[in-house]
Amino acid sequence: MGLKQNLHNFKEKNKDKKWLPAFSAIHTFLFLPNETTHNGTHIKAADDLKRTMNTVIMAMVPCLIFGMFNAGYQHHLAFGEIQQATGGFLSAEFWTLDNFSVGFWKVIPLVVVSYVVGLAIEILFAIKNSHEVEEGYLVTGMLVPLIVPIDTPLWMLAVAVAFGVVIGKEVFGGTGMNILNPALTIRAFLFFAYPTWMSGDKVWVHGAVERDQMIAAGQNVDAISGETILGSLAQGKEVAYSVWDMFYGIIPGSVGETSTLLILLGGLFLIFAKIGSWRIMLSSVVGALIMGLIFNGLVSAEVISEGSKFYGLMSTEFWQHLLIGGFAFGTVFMATDPVTASQTNKGKLIYGFLIGFLSIMIRVFNPAYPEGVMLAILLMNVFAPTIDHYVVQGNVKKRMKRLKAKVA
Amino acid sequence: MGLISKKDAKLITDPLADNNPITIQVLGICSALAITAELKASIVMAVSVLFVLGIGNVVISLMRNIIPSKIRIIVQLVVVAALVIIVDQVLKAFAYELSKTLSVFVGLIITNCIIMGRFEAFALANKPWQSFLDGIGNAAGYGLILIIVGFFRELLGSGTLLGFKVLGDPIEKTGLYAIGYENNGFMLLSPMALIVVGIIIWIQRSRNKALIED
Repeated sequence: MGLKQNLHNFKEKNKDKKWLPAFSAIHTFLFLPNETTHNGTHIKAADDLKRTMNTVIMAMVPCLIFGMFNAGYQHHLAFGEIQQATGGFLSAEFWTLDNFSVGFWKVIPLVVVSYVVGLAIEILFAIKNSHEVEEGYLVTGMLVPLIVPIDTPLWMLAVAVAFGVVIGKEVFGGTGMNILNPALTIRAFLFFAYPTWMSGDKVWVHGAVERDQMIAAGQNVDAISGETILGSLAQGKEVAYSVWDMFYGIIPGSVGETSTLLILLGGLFLIFAKIGSWRIMLSSVVGALIMGLIFNGLVSAEVISEGSKFYGLMSTEFWQHLLIGGFAFGTVFMATDPVTASQTNKGKLIYGFLIGFLSIMIRVFNPAYPEGVMLAILLMNVFAPTIDHYVVQGNVKKRMKRLKAKVA
Repeated sequence: MGLISKKDAKLITDPLADNNPITIQVLGICSALAITAELKASIVMAVSVLFVLGIGNVVISLMRNIIPSKIRIIVQLVVVAALVIIVDQVLKAFAYELSKTLSVFVGLIITNCIIMGRFEAFALANKPWQSFLDGIGNAAGYGLILIIVGFFRELLGSGTLLGFKVLGDPIEKTGLYAIGYENNGFMLLSPMALIVVGIIIWIQRSRNKALIED
């Protein structure tokens, strides 16, 4: 009798125990359960919820690893310990073990806290309501560490995850019932609750906040500043990074969202695996480009003069908006969340377009925080069912007309 | 038999829990969201509504047989407006800073659904003593939620209670702040008040399943 049979017997024996859902959740990670359904017709397919989630996580792993290297690189660079990487994506200065180990020990705690707190709450609710643990948190748990600044205190992350999972998901009935994307709910909570840790020029480079506290304590050290590109543009400052740096992601920013190149690869992988919707991604990019063009047009028509506080962001080349900030990451990994996005094909196009369009608009006009993807996606999450409703009604109307024409 | 009979006592205790104006009837939400960022403002608001609703219910009840039903809403408005002006003037005279914090929300007690609701639903059909108890009970139920929400919002949002720094000083880094704790700015924003009220509703209904409506 092998391990598989043993585990199955164990499950049979403890059928009535309250903690069984927690065991099953871990069990089905490794093995296909033995039990079969007893009623109704079922479609047998390989891609259950767990496989789907795993595919998305695989698409994010390159971003995670890159994020670790980048965290270490930005840290060492800001502290003047290494030279600027000049060799593009494969720079020797970037891919060093030293960079990796600094980033690794900063990023892994974020990942662990995110998963432990989130899964603990999921299991708690599953046991309380005695249903199976749902796998919804697997992707959220990986998204969260990728979209926060590197030095986010772990307790803040834990509070935010608890809030996001309970208020963003469990109160609506758990996985598949949530209106808002849980990862973005967590990010939004952090942003509104602890704004000093989520914006400004100190939080994006590991060690910069600590340096500030040392200066405040009267020690004679240099302040470290690592402004994001959006931050510099919003203040009308020169951007110190080349377009290729932006594309490769060798820039300060949240942990995993800087590398447009790897996000693009992840996006293609999701489209290829038929998990992410290409309609949403494509229409979102189109929406962003159009909004960018409108702003560029306003600048070249001299409606916006150089003195305006919006000049920096509005005069940014329209296609560069795709490379900077969290736009690419949000579009590929969060706008495409199948639960909170529109369900109909036409609806997906409208939903994606508005996300792109509003992202760039909020990014330019938001005085407090020069990024808009988070708010744009959350807003469109709320409107997704409305979009679907009108798409379906439109279709019904069209077919009724056809029917009438046929009868007459 | 005491001063308050058993039936009358229910008039006070019901709105405190199982028939709470905010969490069950979902009335008076606007002011509950707007002014609960500080505990002090919540308490003053609760007391103001207690005064307006207690006296107002008695006045309406005394006049219930002489108010023509066609113009009863206007009569009610006059009564509540007169009482609110008294409250507003008292606040301006003795607690000017606080009246500035509460700003228009004192004036907006006039439009607080709880007050008109109690006038219509209770005072117009009951004797003054019962009306008084009903008014006090409903205002207390409203005030209770306001104070609970205000307590959590001020404690977690500013780290203070009634202005006292109970969690330590965030600038001097004493108390909890010494180990890296920070105030939750989200608590000071109105959306969070809605979530806190939602959590109270959640707890209340999971304790008493009879309250869950379909």
